[in-house]
Amino acid sequence: MGEAIKNRYEFVVLFDVENGNPNGDPDSGNMPRIDPESGLGLVTDVCLKRKIRNYVETVKEDAKGYKIYIKEDVPLNRSDREACESLGITETEDKKVTEALKKLKKSDKDVDIKLRDYMCDNFYDIRTFGAVMTTFVKASLNCGQVRGPVQLGFARSIDPIVSQEVTITRVAITTEKDAENKSTEMGRKNIVPYGLYRVEGYISANLARKVTGFSEEDLDLLWEAIINMFENDHSAARGKMAVRELIVFKHSKELGDCPAYKLFDAVEVRKKEEIEYPRKYQDYTVQIHEEMIPDSVEMKRMI
Amino acid sequence: MGIGVKVKVWGDYALFSRPEMKVERCSYDVMTPSAARGILEAIYWHPGLKWVIDKIYVKNPIRFTSVRRNEVKSKISASNVLQVYNGADKPLYLSTKEDIVQRASLILCDVCYIIEAHFEMTNKANASDNPGKFKDIIMRRLKRGECYHMPYFGCREFPAQFCLCEEKEIHTSYDTVPEKDLGFMLYDMDYSNPDEIQPMFFRAVMRKGVLDLRNCEVIR
Repeated sequence: MGEAIKNRYEFVVLFDVENGNPNGDPDSGNMPRIDPESGLGLVTDVCLKRKIRNYVETVKEDAKGYKIYIKEDVPLNRSDREACESLGITETEDKKVTEALKKLKKSDKDVDIKLRDYMCDNFYDIRTFGAVMTTFVKASLNCGQVRGPVQLGFARSIDPIVSQEVTITRVAITTEKDAENKSTEMGRKNIVPYGLYRVEGYISANLARKVTGFSEEDLDLLWEAIINMFENDHSAARGKMAVRELIVFKHSKELGDCPAYKLFDAVEVRKKEEIEYPRKYQDYTVQIHEEMIPDSVEMKRMI
Repeated sequence: MGIGVKVKVWGDYALFSRPEMKVERCSYDVMTPSAARGILEAIYWHPGLKWVIDKIYVKNPIRFTSVRRNEVKSKISASNVLQVYNGADKPLYLSTKEDIVQRASLILCDVCYIIEAHFEMTNKANASDNPGKFKDIIMRRLKRGECYHMPYFGCREFPAQFCLCEEKEIHTSYDTVPEKDLGFMLYDMDYSNPDEIQPMFFRAVMRKGVLDLRNCEVIR
């Protein structure tokens, strides 16, 4: 693993959706998330982190140091506990394992920190986003919380979105009983005809250096994952999604050179004036006001 | 009294969880003193200083919105990690299909506060440290927008933008409201005994949009 990053970063990601549902709202029957007051579409931070994890898992295939802790679609065989022999613990019940470990803890006070570092070294998502661990030593490691350097906000659409309900039919009937009295089943899809979303993120070099060891190589992988986060995520529900811009601001120092909002304000995304209903990316203009960015901050458009 | 600072903080969303409603999280009406301390510590902290929050000005009207998300319900089990660490060959991950739970959060939107705070020196300060030095560092960071990590309003997905407050006369959305009782709120956690961290509460009364925390009675 390389050395931890030495610069603070901020980044802006623009992504769009065409005839799809970027992020369903469990509160309203899986309709696209909408800010009820402004009508702007929302995509939660955790939704995007999921895509980043999935991309890293796909390309790295659990290579050493790039495992993913929070997985989707895996068979669950954690009950398969045969593994304590290396510790000299043969019990298979959780309680007894814990008891045996408690003894170990007395002999090794730093066991929590060692385990945290082990997790950070092996798991890309923990190194990047952090995680919460239940620790052995009460109140140590700040209640087991590991803050990762990468922090994401909610994504919001530039303009209000409309959520359209599309009713579909299928000819295959699920149950025998239903098949007796009907020949089609109706289903519903919720789509956004078009939406351009913007999300802002932050990377703290201090947390990388002092806690998780998030390195330059990890950073490159993060950019790659952000750029490609929808490329391996096609599904019937998502429609056409793509990352359109990844604008990265690299500060010259660990602590940064200027407030984050000043950099974000420098990125102006606007619907073209003659367009009434945006339906494609070309209906928008992205303008970066370079005069608002301090000279010491390096700006890079990654796409 | 140490040396005071005024910091303006704002953001799109905030979630200061009420401890009594933290499964389906519900935010307090305003920022808690402990969240304000966390924001200041994200900007600058040193073992030699301790932040004390004096006042919180509520600049924007209190408004809520709700977000329901798929969340993972379990934490990483340290004993599992230890087994793998020691060479055991077993899977180490969480399956979101299995461990999923849907939780709603009632969050504040479009918030803006001014935190008035001061710091006190602790006995962990180095011999060369003095309040003036700390003050200079803090002011420099506030002016340049430097921070240790990006501060946030309660949860990390709700980043808090910050700047030095230059307003001479601070107006709030509640200038004309003489008194608004917000009930008991979390003041902070008492970390003096690391084996037994205790919450502390206070009776929050917002007077003309200002939560005055000086001389407030803290209840354990």
